[in-house]
Order: sequence, then C-alpha cells, then structure tokens
Amino acid sequence: MTEYVLLRHRDIPEINQLDVYKKNGGFEAFKKVVTAMKPEEVTDVVKASGLRGRGGAGFPTGVKWSFMDNKNWPHYVVANADESEPGTFKDREIMESNPFQFLEGVAISSYAVGANTAYVYCRGEFWQVAHYLDEKIAEMEAAGLLGDNLFGSDYSLRIYTHLGAGAYICGEETALLESLEGKRGQPRLRPPFPPSFGLYGKPTVVNNVETLTNVPLIITKGADWYKSMGTEDTAGVKIFSLSGCVNKPGNYELPFGTTFRELIYEHGGGIANGNKIKAIMAAGASSAMIVATDEALDTPMDYASVRTLKADLGSASVIVIDDSFSIDWVLNKTIHFFKHESCGKCTPCREGNYWMSHIIERIHHGEGSSFDVELLTKVAYQIQNKCLCALGEFSLQAVVSGVERFPQDFEAKVNL
Amino acid sequence: MNKLAEKYADDIQKILAKYPPEEKRSAVMMLLYMAQREGGYVSNHDINDIAEIVEITPTEVATLIGFYTLYHDKPAGKIRIQVCNDLPCALRGADKFLEELCDALKIQPGETTPDGLVTIEPVMCLAACDKAPMFQAQSGEGLTYHENMSVESTLELIETWKEENND
Ligand SMILES: Cc1cc2nc3c(=O)[nH]c(=O)nc-3n(C[C@H](O)[C@H](O)[C@H](O)COP(=O)(O)O)c2cc1C
Ligand code: SF4
Ligand code: FES
Repeated sequence: MTEYVLLRHRDIPEINQLDVYKKNGGFEAFKKVVTAMKPEEVTDVVKASGLRGRGGAGFPTGVKWSFMDNKNWPHYVVANADESEPGTFKDREIMESNPFQFLEGVAISSYAVGANTAYVYCRGEFWQVAHYLDEKIAEMEAAGLLGDNLFGSDYSLRIYTHLGAGAYICGEETALLESLEGKRGQPRLRPPFPPSFGLYGKPTVVNNVETLTNVPLIITKGADWYKSMGTEDTAGVKIFSLSGCVNKPGNYELPFGTTFRELIYEHGGGIANGNKIKAIMAAGASSAMIVATDEALDTPMDYASVRTLKADLGSASVIVIDDSFSIDWVLNKTIHFFKHESCGKCTPCREGNYWMSHIIERIHHGEGSSFDVELLTKVAYQIQNKCLCALGEFSLQAVVSGVERFPQDFEAKVNL
Repeated sequence: MNKLAEKYADDIQKILAKYPPEEKRSAVMMLLYMAQREGGYVSNHDINDIAEIVEITPTEVATLIGFYTLYHDKPAGKIRIQVCNDLPCALRGADKFLEELCDALKIQPGETTPDGLVTIEPVMCLAACDKAPMFQAQSGEGLTYHENMSVESTLELIETWKEENND
C-alpha cells in the first residue's frame, strides 16, 4: 500500500492537530519557499510537476499562477471550497481531516503569486467546516505561521474564511468572486480572467481545495516524484468521490489512470443489492452518461482517456447507476438540479432548463410522446454554445447522451 | 436606530476586519446570517440595518435573500430539516426517506409541524452523498449535518430538540 498524498489522515492519526502535522514535516515546505526560494521558482516547480486543477477543468496550476498581472497590486488567492457538484464530497473530507495541509497549500500558493491575503470561500452549508478552519487558522497565527514577517522574512500573509449561502453557481470562479464581494453570484463576462481582473478587480488566483492540498508535498518531494504517479496525460493522484449504487461509496485516493472497474469493484465493493451496473456519470450531474460496457469499465480514468468515451472526468465524482433505475428518472433529477441552480443571467440556460424540466416530467410520468423525447434533445441543443458560463453546457450533457445512449428507457415510457 | 449594529457590535467589527476597509460590502453575507440568528429569517428592518452597515442600498441587500437559498424572508419552523434528495442520495433511497419522514410527522415537504418546531424541505447536493440518507438542520445558531439517518433516528433527534426547546 502506497502512502496517501492527500488523505494523509488515513495514514497518520490526528494529523488535524498542529503538533502532529508539524512532526510529520508540516510547514517545512512553507518555510522553505519563504526563506529559500523566489516566488517564480515555486511556480516553476508546480509547473514541472504537471499538477492540473482538480475543480473540474483540469487547467495546469503553475501556468495559471504565472498569468498573474504583476503591474496591478495587491494580489489575492482564493481557495474554491464551494464543492456543490452532485456526487462530489472530497474537499470536505480534506478540510475536516487534513486541514493544515490544505492551509499550507493556500500559504505556499499565496507566496508564489505575491498575495498577502487569501480567502477560503466555503459554501454556506459548510458552516461547521468554516468554523473549524477558523480555529485552525487561529492556531497557525498563534504559532507564527501566519501574520507579519514570517520566518524572519518581510513576507506577511493572512487567511480568512468566507461563507456563501447556498448556490451551486458560486463554484464557478467569477460567480464566486462576485459572491465574495457581497453580490449575487452571477458569472462575469470573460476575458478578463481572474489572474488579471479578479477579486475587487485585482489579480487573483482561484484554485480548488484538492489542487492546493497537493502543493506542500510537491515542494517537499519534488516535481519528478509527483510526475512519477498518474499517466502521461494527467500526473499525480486524485480523490475519486464514488457514490450511487455501490456497496462502499466514499472517497478513494488513487493515481490517475486507475480504471473504472478497479474503482467500482475493488475499492467500491461492486454493485449493491445484487443488481447489474447500467451507467456511469464520471463528473457528477454535469456528466455525459457512459454506458457501462466492459470496454468502458476498463477505461483508465484520466482526462484524455475518459474523453474517448464521449464524456469528461471533470471533478471525478463517479456516480454509479444500476439497472433498477430508468434513465428518464435520472434525467429528471439532473434537469431539476440545473433548473434550480441556473443563475438566470442568460436566456438559453434559464429558459432551456425550465422547458426541459416540463418535458422530462411529462415523459417520466408516462404522459409524453416520442415527439417529446425529440423535443427534449432539441431544447438541449438550443442551450449549447449559447451561454455565458459552463453551467449551461453542463446542463445538457446528461440529457443528450442519456436519450441517445439509452433509447430503450424512453421507448418504454412514451405513448407513441 | 440600527438594532443589529448595537446588538452585535463586536461580531460585526470582527467580520468587517476580514475585508479591505473600502470593501465593506463583502461582509453582507455574514450579516444576513447574523440577522437570521433570532427569528430564523431576515426582516425588512434587518435589511435596512445591514444596508446601512455595509453602505449599499436596501434593494441590493434584498436581492441577495432571493438569490441565495440559505437566506429566508419568511418565518418557518425553528429548525429547518433540509433533506438532500439530489441524484446520488436518491440512488440510495433519499426520496423514500423524505416521504416517510414527512408521513411520520404528518406534513408535506415544505410544511412546518403544528408546534412550529421543524420545517422539512428537500435540497440539492450537500457534499455528503456517500452518507445518504442525510440532511442538514438550519436554525438561527447555524447549520449541522446529520448523516446515515433513518426515519427512527431522525424522529429521536426531533424529540431531543423538543425537550431542549421546552427547557
Ligand atoms: C457551474 C460551475 C460550478 C463549479 N463548481 C466548482 C466547485 O464547486 N469547486 C471548484 O473547485 N471548482 C468549481 N468549478 C470550476 C471553477 O470555475 C474553477 O475552474 C476552479 O475553481 C479552478 O480551480 P482549479 O484550477 O484548481 O481546478 C465550477 C465551474 C462551473 C462552471
Ligand atoms: S449559463 Fe446559466 S448559470 Fe451560467 S451565467 Fe448563464 S444563466 Fe447563469
Ligand atoms: S446528493 Fe445528497 S449529499 Fe450529494
């Protein structure tokens, strides 16, 4: 069994205690960067490690940091702890059980981009998590790990938590920044991107919690060590949140390139209640529906390989659906979600999801016709490529793939 | 008179200190929670108080209440039981749990028990999908998660709340 990189609390009891974390090398990396490395050097190590964002889009983290506009100050770092994609529950486990490694990641990234203030944007439901992080931040301040003149340098840093109040769209980075500014969480027109125009109009790096939690060990153990894990396409390890019809749902930290089969059958204990696997959604509710053939199950989970199945890995929230469920029921759930969460700023997303919800309700309750199934797909395509942010695009993924790849479920439901 | 500013002067200073002095508006999110501490919802009076503290218009404050689901503009039960019945939880029986819980309390989703103690509402994913059935309980004091629940364990929990409430 190899050692955990992110879920280290499973190897080291009480790593959530500052002294235990420190005894296990904690804050050595932060000290090293502040006392012995230039900010650009830190960014270069992260670039060389191949680390890509874990919030869904998979953008290379070091490259993002290097986009920060150095003519405009101050700079900010914002950790995205909105975690609202249905099927995703990894950031919460990190923050609750290995909080200092995450906060050290925030600190190192702040140093790398020259930020003296960092915010952790927690979804409002993470009320307890945010209060817990506040305690941990206070302990760091008391231990001289946050504040002014850190480790005798002229670098100073403060970290604050900020609570949202229940809106999935606030996970989208520009909506998140609006919300952090005390406004409704509606996405901004881009460009400009946050590294040039972010929080309060200042250059800002927004990174996911899991992304940042990788950083301390990358600094300590080096880019090559990190690159030695995972695949050529996607370096390193990932926390796969496994949910739905499996015997052992939960978070599994595994190298990129692990197959769906290994995740679902070896780690997840196989399908519950003696049923058969039917479909997989690899990126939460935003996923295309993958037909669970042998070929699909043997596909390695990295960004490029999952794309060969006409789906995305996204935040790797793997939802397993067994043959006791009908796909029209699944779509009823996902459409309901997106209709509820659309921020309403653009018409195709707002109206499209409203109409899709009416149509799928009809179909699901056996009151639809085959014309309705066609109409459902048509409306979905009306949303495509016409929206300001990716939520619109997410909302049609399951719909078009579900109708196309599971036609029998719809034929069984409609009156001709 | 700004009731909120008087009542929670210290807390408000602590919240404002998190943000640059010229960006007071960021504090509005926490102030809305603060306003909900007592009655469980934000009143018109609170809206004006908050607007004054963070220096924006009352309308700007009011639109936030409509946008974010954890802010409420109407009173409901003292504790809101918000059951996740989103896709992953529903694959593990969350819809049935919600229905049976409502039946046991003789209310419909969205309604409040006659004693005014609990309101049951379905909500979207709460990042606890591996521990369904689950819900969060929102009261003036904040939010707590309750995971791997059954109808029986939930009814027991409600009983303990009842007792605390009678004390
Ligand atoms: C609708 C929507 C919801 C999102 N939700 C989240 C989220 O909950 N957490 C997250 O880290 N990223 C989320 N993202 C992605 C962010 O916009 C952004 O890409 C990410 O925080 C960047 O961090 P990373 O590079 O470390 O992944 C979401 C994007 C969209 C379009
Ligand atoms: S696509 Fe949807 S969520 Fe995104 S900005 Fe438009 S309306 Fe809002
Ligand atoms: S679907 Fe219920 S917590 Fe995620």
